[in-house]
Amino acid sequence: MIEAMFQYEFLRNAFFAGVLIGLVAPLLGVFIVVRRLSLIADALSHVTLAGIAASLLMEKKIGLLSWNPLYMGMGFSVAGSLLIEKLRSVYKHYQELAIPIILSGGIGLSVIFISLANGFNTDLFSYLFGSVSAVSRQDVWVIVSIAIVVVATIWFLYKELFLLSFDEEYALASGIRARAIHFVFIVLVALVIAASMRIVGILLVSSLMTLPVAASIRVAKGFKQAIAYSVFFGELSVIAGLFLSYELDLAPGGTIVMLSVCILLITIWWKKWKRG
Amino acid sequence: MTKEEALKVEHVSFRYEKENVLEDVTFSVPKGAFLGLVGPNGSGKSTLLKCILGLLKPQQGNIFLFGTPISEFKEWHRVGFVSQKANSFNTGFPATVEEVVASGLTAKLGLFRFFTRKEKDAVKEAIEAVGMTKFQKQNIGELSGGQQQRVFIARAIVSKPELLILDEPTVGVDVHHVQNFYNMLEELNRHLGITLVLVTHDVGTITEKVTHVACLNKHLYFHGKAAEFAELQADDLSAFYGHHLHVLSHQH
Ligand SMILES: Nc1ncnc2c1ncn2[C@@H]1O[C@H](COP(=O)(O)OP(=O)(O)OP(=O)(O)O)[C@@H](O)[C@H]1O
Ligand SMILES: [Mg+2]
Repeated sequence: MIEAMFQYEFLRNAFFAGVLIGLVAPLLGVFIVVRRLSLIADALSHVTLAGIAASLLMEKKIGLLSWNPLYMGMGFSVAGSLLIEKLRSVYKHYQELAIPIILSGGIGLSVIFISLANGFNTDLFSYLFGSVSAVSRQDVWVIVSIAIVVVATIWFLYKELFLLSFDEEYALASGIRARAIHFVFIVLVALVIAASMRIVGILLVSSLMTLPVAASIRVAKGFKQAIAYSVFFGELSVIAGLFLSYELDLAPGGTIVMLSVCILLITIWWKKWKRG
Repeated sequence: MTKEEALKVEHVSFRYEKENVLEDVTFSVPKGAFLGLVGPNGSGKSTLLKCILGLLKPQQGNIFLFGTPISEFKEWHRVGFVSQKANSFNTGFPATVEEVVASGLTAKLGLFRFFTRKEKDAVKEAIEAVGMTKFQKQNIGELSGGQQQRVFIARAIVSKPELLILDEPTVGVDVHHVQNFYNMLEELNRHLGITLVLVTHDVGTITEKVTHVACLNKHLYFHGKAAEFAELQADDLSAFYGHHLHVLSHQH
């Protein structure tokens, strides 16, 4: 693949995009998992799908200028995240209810858009399961911008995000702007989901945010270490997954996710073995 | 309103649903005082503290911190807090004792500022004060309930608050460490002049260490100097505690 990467631009694009996603998805994933919000990623990825389907539909029916569907996907995802927050405050005692509501809404919309378009070509398929050849140079730039925003935000809001994740009541009582920070966080999650979808596909996006973290919290001492391990495991599965999928001609999303599962199993087994 | 009051509660009434949990509660805590807040289970102590911390908004009345109404109060780092439910956090959370204690400095440091040598020293000091130095690199979920509680106390004092609010902070802490802990509170109060508000069921300690006592059971039944509280007749207390008196008098 390395040789081929020098030859083909699409492979270079996929590789860059993959490395960036392997960094930002687990980075945000740590905060999502410890706050027990893992399913939010799932709900938002389905809303993103609705956005993509809407964009493809408009392109096909109205012949509207061929926008990158990523933008519409991002828009839907951010809107979905705001809706989840709204629902969480409506259903104070059943906060997890917001997630299936948004998730089914997302699927419902997607199915309607897809049927309106009388089905799409392989394009939609690549969004569902991820694709190496589909990553355009423009996609890479979008992903680069999102990665910069995410890393900078986590860097500057690290201590606030930590406090908010660890102890929400204390965060509120200590007078930090918890609501605003939570809001920024959830928008970042929406953006990263839209960005990751190109490589791993909508159906598998959430696994890249949760599986490396699930492995990492088995072995990490402390939060910083949990972040470091998560990113390490994320990068390992993305890079190895891209190579393997290219060499063996497999779907990249599935390969990456199965590698994450392997890493997770190894950490569980390793921890057991270490205990005796 | 004088500047000398760390906390002032004025005619506060609060209800979650229909019935009032707090009714017309009025009292104030002078700077440098050590107030013991007592009352039977469900008497509204935790609710009152949550109102003071701005987590709940009373339907009636006003609360002032250092002379400022809490709706306008911005300097929350001057107020420390140990919650009654401190150890009900997610025990699988991968955070070390050090990291948890350091998070107590978040508000004081402010947005976009990073921990420096000075903050790291303060964290070390606070961990030492609760006798947890040996555990500082351990994940908090791997500690016992009492040890976790001590970590939360360290988190509350690390920012050197001027007013420290503690809701039954010693639940699950063993006798030896409770003694240490009360000595530490006394130290904070006497030598550093930190104002303390302590909710406890341990009336024995109350009369020994505190300067002021407030008895709450929806209404404020008593508020005054500790010496006056000690002089209260058993009759007065039983009216206030009802059947709880028997249990409590055992602890003397
Ligand atoms: N979130 C809530 N929603 C509705 N009612 C509540 C809520 N929290 C507390 N209450 C009610 O308010 C009353 C006062 O509760 P509070 O927790 O303030 O008591 P407390 O004095 O702290 O008791 P304890 O000594 O057991 O800690 C109780 O009757 C309780 O049932
Ligand atoms: Mg209570």
